[in-house]
Amino acid sequence: MGVKMGFENFNKVLDSLKENYKIYGPKNIESKGRFSDTDVVGYGEIDNFDEIVFDKKSYFSPKEIIHPIRQTLFYFTDGEVKESKVDDKKVIVFLRPCDINGIKRLDSIFLQNGPHEDVYYKRLREKVKFFMIECTEGFDSCYCVSMEANKTDNYSLAIRVNDNDVYLDIQDNEIESYFNENGDEIDFKPDYIKENKIEVNIPDPESLTNEVFENPIWKEYSQRCIGCGRCNTSCITCSCFSMQDVFYDKNKKVGERRRVWAGCHVDGFTDMAGGHTFREKYGDRMRFKTMHKINDFYKRFGFHMCVGCGRCTDVCPQYISFSKCINKLNQIVEGDKNE
Amino acid sequence: MNNPYVPFKLPIINVTEETDIDYTFRFKSDINPQNGQFLEISIPGVGEAPISISDFGDGYLDMTIRRVGKLTDEVFELKEGDYLFARGPYGNGFNLEDYKGKDLVIVAGGTGLAPVKSIVNYFYEHIEELKSFKLIIGFKSPKDILFNEEIEKWKNKINVILTVDNGDENWKGNTGLITKYIPKINEEDYNQTEVIIVGPPIMMKFASLEFLNNNFPEEKIWVSFERKMSCGIGKCGHCKIDETYVCLEGPVFNYTKAKNLID
Repeated sequence: MGVKMGFENFNKVLDSLKENYKIYGPKNIESKGRFSDTDVVGYGEIDNFDEIVFDKKSYFSPKEIIHPIRQTLFYFTDGEVKESKVDDKKVIVFLRPCDINGIKRLDSIFLQNGPHEDVYYKRLREKVKFFMIECTEGFDSCYCVSMEANKTDNYSLAIRVNDNDVYLDIQDNEIESYFNENGDEIDFKPDYIKENKIEVNIPDPESLTNEVFENPIWKEYSQRCIGCGRCNTSCITCSCFSMQDVFYDKNKKVGERRRVWAGCHVDGFTDMAGGHTFREKYGDRMRFKTMHKINDFYKRFGFHMCVGCGRCTDVCPQYISFSKCINKLNQIVEGDKNE
Repeated sequence: MNNPYVPFKLPIINVTEETDIDYTFRFKSDINPQNGQFLEISIPGVGEAPISISDFGDGYLDMTIRRVGKLTDEVFELKEGDYLFARGPYGNGFNLEDYKGKDLVIVAGGTGLAPVKSIVNYFYEHIEELKSFKLIIGFKSPKDILFNEEIEKWKNKINVILTVDNGDENWKGNTGLITKYIPKINEEDYNQTEVIIVGPPIMMKFASLEFLNNNFPEEKIWVSFERKMSCGIGKCGHCKIDETYVCLEGPVFNYTKAKNLID
């Protein structure tokens, strides 16, 4: 159903949704920017429609709503294990098509890879409804069209924001019931971006063999990358985690097991007790991540992991561009073919 | 809720000191794993790590653990009557059917003997199921030798070659790297031979090459990998190599697959 309504009316709808939902959206977070006295756009709970930032890309993705940075799996008390609980409230997230497609990638890892569903992911994921922000322009570093992640119809509601009104496409009866005939019924379907400023050419998985591991391209990244892991933490599709046990002060019999985000660029990712470690060079980590995003994941699931949101490029302190890396790799593979 | 992350208790029946830093823990357990599978073991508050199952039988399960880190330091404090937590078993394991009726050669280096020990014991008890069985075991030095008594027992039915890299004044046995003792297999026997190689990465590499130098077919070699793992069920990403998850498709790989797995 298409609906057009003013900001004030839409806020009233959000107010009634808030009784049953926590609402998250990209919002301005004061003084948390990279430099002093600067702000950053990140995901957080919103009270009001006006808080949502539509004209900037969020620095972090909405991933932490479903895959928290740190998540308690269970508590232990003197040999007994008790599973953690989550808030009963359901969740609404305002997010762009690339991020909805990114969450589809997280679903693949957490719900489909291996013989078990990840229960901690699933219990949060089941609570989430998508309010898709129409995105027709993108931003400078985006390449979602090349990654075929610019479109989706997986949303409860899609929203276009004009000067005074919002245009909504509501696909979810439960959400629709909150509108109580508010607004004018119109014909509306969201539009999608058709061309980014950046285009990437993804090497054909068949031609991307282990030979490319030896290419000098990775040496360049050994010199540039500093292994900070910002690309991993900002990525909507990076899903890796480590286990972390903690006990509470003084009483060693009481504590909890958590999982925390891990990143393949960060030192220690492959370290085993006894001293064995793999991919010590940063360039090898860049190669590992690149292959996962545009090759390995594809081989397991039939679509690429990278959605082209460009956040890894935006956040890199060494100005490493992931889209340029993909294009260089493609040139190498295509060049080899023509030789 | 069917929660694969919640561990169960594994009570310790007894502890055998194999060396100063390797203990075999026998646990009370009804798990019936595949040979070569592993468990994620943990002590709450300390941490979790994958450890391969070294042996199992009616009502028990063994893990031979080397004291190398934070978790294993704590495990070594445990005694009979204590317990640790575990989940699993995980991984593919070895398929014994692949070896039955064949000439089996197992090459094991150091703690690499642990994940294949249950295979050795199975075929020791069912030696008639193999055409022949050669077991080549290497350790760094005499004080590093694991399963001393069992090795002596195995010699009754199995062609065992035990070597140490460096002997000491009391050592009368073989010395030198394990590769020195890898037999030349006659070409007419290639078809009926299967080889299992388990040990540190560098040892598996050179032991495999030793066989392959003689044009031994790659598909007749099986190896087992060890990687960091935080989940064991294909989610955490630590053990991933290319599109392969060691915890799901491994840790046991045929050499034709393993040779292309580049970290």
